[in-house]
Amino acid sequence: MAVAQKPNVGSWTEAYPELGTGPISYEDSISPEFFEAEREAIFRRCWLNVGRVEQVPRVGSYFTKELAVANTSIIIVRGSDQKVRAFHNICRHRGNKLVWTDHPGEEQRGTCQQFACKYHGWRYALDGKLTFIQQEEEFFGVDKTHYGLVEVNLDVWEGFIFINLSAAPAQPLREFLGEMAWGIEGYPFHKLTQVFPYRAVVKANWKLFMDAFQEFYHAPVLHRKQSATPEAAQALYQMGYQGLWYQLFGFHRMVSSMGRFAVPSANDTVKPIDRLTRSGLFGPWDEPDLGLGELPRGLNPARSPMWGLDSFQFFPNFTILIWKPSWYLTYHYWPLTTDSHLFEGTLYFAPPKNAGERLAQETAALTFKEFSLQDGNTLEATHTMLKSRVVDKFLLCDQEILCRHLHKVVRDWVSAYQG
Amino acid sequence: MPTKATLLPDEFTDLEPFAADWVLRTEPERYAKRLSSPMEQMQAFYDAAFVRAEAAIKYLNQFELDNLPEQAQNLLLLLYSLVMVSFPVEVWKQPHVPDAGAAYLDLVREPVP
Repeated sequence: MAVAQKPNVGSWTEAYPELGTGPISYEDSISPEFFEAEREAIFRRCWLNVGRVEQVPRVGSYFTKELAVANTSIIIVRGSDQKVRAFHNICRHRGNKLVWTDHPGEEQRGTCQQFACKYHGWRYALDGKLTFIQQEEEFFGVDKTHYGLVEVNLDVWEGFIFINLSAAPAQPLREFLGEMAWGIEGYPFHKLTQVFPYRAVVKANWKLFMDAFQEFYHAPVLHRKQSATPEAAQALYQMGYQGLWYQLFGFHRMVSSMGRFAVPSANDTVKPIDRLTRSGLFGPWDEPDLGLGELPRGLNPARSPMWGLDSFQFFPNFTILIWKPSWYLTYHYWPLTTDSHLFEGTLYFAPPKNAGERLAQETAALTFKEFSLQDGNTLEATHTMLKSRVVDKFLLCDQEILCRHLHKVVRDWVSAYQG
Repeated sequence: MPTKATLLPDEFTDLEPFAADWVLRTEPERYAKRLSSPMEQMQAFYDAAFVRAEAAIKYLNQFELDNLPEQAQNLLLLLYSLVMVSFPVEVWKQPHVPDAGAAYLDLVREPVP
């Protein structure tokens, strides 16, 4: 039984003829040469989301972001002029990493009045200017204005901080993000400041894990045991998964899905802990009032009363998933090697007004973690077998259209760069 | 103010036997405790705490969340542990997530309380 209205052409996939419907290769996810090409073609040229403005609330607030894929580390800092800037985390003297504590590879955050290199004491202002050289008279006429911190392009969209490592970004941020982003502008991201940041190193190529989150075809199967009852699991399994809406926007793509669209009634089958804490996978039952009159036009594109969530995948590696009950999460997939990446799953709720609301968030957060652990391990298993190269053609169904699109866009970017 | 003799508020002394094990300040501690606990132990805690949880939430809701007295904080932490053990007890019938293997997901920083 079809619950979603597919396009007239017969499938979501065929609405985009350039995608094709044939089997695809996953060479792009197991080839070390391709991985090296992605570093330059994609990660050194795209706008990359590294955080949110709430992470730098005051003058002198900073955090660092390790970008192994680009062989660098970035400092994001709010200056005394209130402007947020990004710099490569390197001292201009002899190249020491500027901001780090016990473990140089660990990300840092804090507040400071200036940056001081622990090696020889050179100091930099919050706007990157070199202000002090220890024993300056020992140097041979250094013009300090030439040796400030190396700045990185930074721009902010709806409170999300993006950087671009190219010398001159091909497009301004908002143009790069494009129509898919414009459709969700106005969503009250800035009101959802209760944050649960999760991270893990997953031993699978970044794109393969991204695939796991841009299709829900796996949900009734992989996550079967997490249904409230065996009967509910079986019903879901037999119905299968159907997206309400899929749409491609240039490099970016989205899926709209059914979910819990009403608070469960007394008769609905719900896990005991979910009923006790009034929460679950889809979030706290009691929605905060965010003062949002109408949903931004890009949400619930099918205009379905059964709408539960929308997942927006921004090229290359950033997902914003907005849940109907007024909370959202982001995913980042930071490539480390061909065979591994750092996964970040960050949940954003409204600040809880009491213990009951805080407990509901705890249930939602823990449920998210339980599901993600199943995904993580499965993808590690998948990656190891892809590397065997025993099979080189893989089948994608209509519900996997976003997977098809991601790999095509990545390959197109690499080909164009190399071409 | 001296630390009270019991971890939990007086109204919840019946849960005090579970407090030493399950009043745990951070998610990594609660997660490690869940993974290393026998099912019978988690079931006993779940059975005792679940029936009192609604009363506990009502009790805690009378306070400003940012200003919970120490014993109330502990009670809330106990409830976080209840949610934690609910997965083995209600869903998996074992401490580990099936099919999860060695996969992990660390909570980098949690909101306190």
